[in-house]
Amino acid sequence: MNRLPGGLVGALVIVPVAGLAILYAWPFATLVIEAVDKESIRSVLGRSRTWSIVWFTTWQAVVSTLLTVIVGLVPAWVIARFDFAGRRILLGLLTALFVLPTVVMGAAILALLPDTLDRTVWAVLGAHVVFNLAVTVRAVGTVWEHLPADMEDAAATLGAAPLVVFREITLPLIRPAVAAAAAIIFLFTFTSFGVIRVLGAPGTRTIEVEVWRRATQLGQVDQAAVLALLQLIILGFLAIWSARLARRHSRALELRPLARPQKPRTRRDKTVVSIITGSTALVAIAPLTALVIKSLSTPSGWSVTAWTDLGSTEIRPGITLGLNPLDALANSLQTTAWATLFATGVGALASLGIAAARRAGRALDAGLLLPIGTSAVTIGFGMLITFDTAPYDWRSEWWIVPAGHALVAVPFVVRSTLGVLRSVDPQLSLAAATLGAAPTRAWREVVVPHLWRPLAVGAAFAAAISLGEFGATSFLSRSGGETLPIAIEQLLARTGSLLQAKGYALATILAAATVTLVIVIDRTGDLAGHSKARSGTLDERHADARR
Amino acid sequence: MRGADVELSGISVSFDGTTVLDHVSLSVTTGEVVALLGPSGGGKSTLLRVVAGIIAPDSGIVRIDGVDVTRTPTHRRGIGMVFQDNQLFPHRSTLDNVAFGLKMARVGRTERQRQAGDWLARVGLDGMGSRKVTELSGGEAKRVALARTLVNEPRLVLLDEPLTGLDLKLHNKLVDELTDLLRATGATALLVTHDVDEAAAIADRTVRLDEIQNAR
Amino acid sequence: MPTPRITATAAAITLAITACGDSTKRTETTHTRMSEPITLVAYESFPSEGTSVNELLSDFADRTGIEVEILIAGDTGTMLSKAELTAGNPEGDVMWGIDSTFLSRAIQSKIFEPYTADGLDAVPASLTNLVPNGEATPVDLGDVCVNYDVGALEALDLKPPTTLDDLTDPMYRELLVVQNPASSSPGLAFLLATIDEFGTDGWQAYWSNLVDNGVQVVDGWTSAYYGQFSYAGGDRPLVVSYGSSPPFEVLFAETELEVAPTGVIESTCYRQVEFAGVLAGTDQPDAARQLVDFLLTSDFQAALPLDVFVFPANADVELDPVFQEYAVIPETSRELDPSAIDANRETWIDEWTDLVIG
Repeated sequence: MNRLPGGLVGALVIVPVAGLAILYAWPFATLVIEAVDKESIRSVLGRSRTWSIVWFTTWQAVVSTLLTVIVGLVPAWVIARFDFAGRRILLGLLTALFVLPTVVMGAAILALLPDTLDRTVWAVLGAHVVFNLAVTVRAVGTVWEHLPADMEDAAATLGAAPLVVFREITLPLIRPAVAAAAAIIFLFTFTSFGVIRVLGAPGTRTIEVEVWRRATQLGQVDQAAVLALLQLIILGFLAIWSARLARRHSRALELRPLARPQKPRTRRDKTVVSIITGSTALVAIAPLTALVIKSLSTPSGWSVTAWTDLGSTEIRPGITLGLNPLDALANSLQTTAWATLFATGVGALASLGIAAARRAGRALDAGLLLPIGTSAVTIGFGMLITFDTAPYDWRSEWWIVPAGHALVAVPFVVRSTLGVLRSVDPQLSLAAATLGAAPTRAWREVVVPHLWRPLAVGAAFAAAISLGEFGATSFLSRSGGETLPIAIEQLLARTGSLLQAKGYALATILAAATVTLVIVIDRTGDLAGHSKARSGTLDERHADARR
Repeated sequence: MRGADVELSGISVSFDGTTVLDHVSLSVTTGEVVALLGPSGGGKSTLLRVVAGIIAPDSGIVRIDGVDVTRTPTHRRGIGMVFQDNQLFPHRSTLDNVAFGLKMARVGRTERQRQAGDWLARVGLDGMGSRKVTELSGGEAKRVALARTLVNEPRLVLLDEPLTGLDLKLHNKLVDELTDLLRATGATALLVTHDVDEAAAIADRTVRLDEIQNAR
Repeated sequence: MPTPRITATAAAITLAITACGDSTKRTETTHTRMSEPITLVAYESFPSEGTSVNELLSDFADRTGIEVEILIAGDTGTMLSKAELTAGNPEGDVMWGIDSTFLSRAIQSKIFEPYTADGLDAVPASLTNLVPNGEATPVDLGDVCVNYDVGALEALDLKPPTTLDDLTDPMYRELLVVQNPASSSPGLAFLLATIDEFGTDGWQAYWSNLVDNGVQVVDGWTSAYYGQFSYAGGDRPLVVSYGSSPPFEVLFAETELEVAPTGVIESTCYRQVEFAGVLAGTDQPDAARQLVDFLLTSDFQAALPLDVFVFPANADVELDPVFQEYAVIPETSRELDPSAIDANRETWIDEWTDLVIG
């Protein structure tokens, strides 16, 4: 990077650094110091239910991860090995599904499943699989594409049957990608919140749900904090362990040129490809369609009442649910607008700063990622119990919810812009410098203009994240200030009523908005001509779009 | 060991509407080494893959020792194949690469390590079994690929531009080694190359692809 | 080098402007709010519009200039937890409906500002004794009882159950829906009723039997009553609700009814006293206190039975005839000692959660 004056770099990063310190580090420290004491630790750890929740959290995450990886390998193979009409659309569909807000995904699966499967652990596992399919397909598919088909054929000529080829050659070579995908999926399913809230039976609780339940239903703030910390510690250990494992098993795999996907030639290939593509598309489209259908299915038959009468949540004359779906829509739009503005502004400053300041930049980059690794519920909870005393009583400030959203969205803006910044810089600003421009000016005139498009992508990501955020918002939103996901969760709990149909109507709106944003991201990203740089980090960036 | 005899009749393959092979017929008798010449992109490699069972022909029949194997999957055809870029398995050691075919044939561990070690010695790589294949030089990798294919004693060996892209000195050395190895094993071999001299040096007979097309 | 400084300053100014722009707007709203409406936070079954309770509140506004906005905040448990998490910076100014089973929690977390309301003399000592220091103001009382759908039980050829024990009879298998005591006030009351009946060591076995007999658990009263109760369109003819639910059904019946279509199992009734209070940290404490006073006036209290379906706390108020005829006022309702509830609530709820919903 062209050297910028140190003072300017400092000025650039002061906002992101301060934001991170105030909105993340401080609440986090408060959570640990204030709420956790011997008494609360003893009562949480001494309760057998705690351990059964830890156990449930773990096994459902392990099973969800295994299922998602195994099921995902099939479409990943088709996408890596075959070139067919709709290949890109299929990838886009899966990605859109992944970015869907958890609550919407929960709603979609609820809409799709027969009543006998509603609110069972099978529904939860199914939702987790459909949700995360894109992680496997994208992460593994990309690596598999680079694995020459000839290598698998070579094994076949040495006498290996197809399954043996997969076990002995393919799997070991795509294993780093499989492991990376598994780690992401495990993180998501271990901290699953929205899906469980919407789809789980009352007793189905992950640690994340239990944190929320203790804090908001039983009023046991201290015990909730201990649980949040327990979850963080478990995740921390798992992260260290998986990093060790990855290091031990890492092998220098030279990146080969792309093994070009082939059009399916034989009838057998064509059948296999169309069956797999078709069923994958079905898995992706069915839940979304079910949302629309359920929004039209009211207790009094097929009707658009849920849509035309969306603004009312009357249960009986005079008695309402105390929440207005149209207000929730307005709240969501407003929150999203501010969160996007915050995240984009702070993210832009941060990536400029990170690119300019080498070592300190890397530290800031890593620091900004922390909120993603922390569960959303913990973030919201920490903010709520920290900003509760004057002059820092910010609980009812209009900006607290957008700021919470921005906290998780900033890393995505940074990821979107940083790559472009770094690739643009060396050639162009050097060229400008040889033409005699001062560093600052060269930088401003050459580097900054390249920021707009990646910033637009980052903004779209931030918007998608904010629109769907549920965990932190369920702590931070106040009555009357509910966002769409909160309203959807409340409406869906009203089984068999018009209110439930309204919940599905809201979920349809939210799904449509999210899918639109994904299309924007895809288009803008492509136009930017950085599709290669993009694909590697795409999953990473999509990763949090659904908290 | 007696090499297989191979009979291809009326093999046609098209990709996406473009005809790559048009009714190709060819007979190779037992122990014969045949070089298949032709311009690059002319379908030679495709034909080799049809024989190997990697690509299914749109029409035509592949017979090995008189048996129709057109629908037999690759791993049951009892053939060996050397790829242009070797396709060594990067996650396995050199020795394990060579021993892979023996493992597939369910040869016991100690026995297959002994045989693989012998083959490594035979191609001049004695004691290099524990090396990572990613660290081998071009010539070493090629020799490992040959050993890996020949260790199973296939009765038909398919070679897809095996010596392309090597420097001249190494190329000439390997031409000699390959010729000797094929003679010594007695296997039938089908060699695809665009190099006339190489074909002449290694093969008993040279066939041009355009000579054997459309031969109905 | 002026350029970077200008850039940085410009950035800072832009941020400041954005922030200021909005904070000004906020100040304005806060300002207007000072002189304008105050917010009454209530549980989900409180009428938000269209009843005489709401008319009385607007009369109050006309008289005092204090507009009252109603904010529905969910089940009692959820409402209380929100109040606890926002203690000192509340979502409203006055809260309606913390009942005796949750009261000690509300007092401990200091969500209310102590206040002795003007009309408190008219409230019987049995109620005011629960809040000797004005921690909150008792505003109404009611009974939580198992209700049954008369028609649905007849269709099943079943007699209404008469005791808690009956509910575990296989005859009534999969007919009962209750609320989660963690989040719902009637749910907690029903749990306390069973603890009263079977003792601190016996209720667990009773609930195991209920579970075996297919009891359904939902989060709150509205889901139970309007989602699952057969009379309101669901498929379960037995529901934990209020002693005042039958007159509600008479009043709101589409055709005029001679007999209440739903009934109450008297022996299951548990007494709840509900409290209102000024939320600590309100920026309009005077107006809030005036509202609490108003909530105790005879006029307002008289409207409670038919609109909120609870009995007035003000002893001067006479009950409406419909209410007298159809409401069940059990001769003896169950009650547990508040200090016992306070000491064990969390343990009981945890135990219940493990036992019933796993």
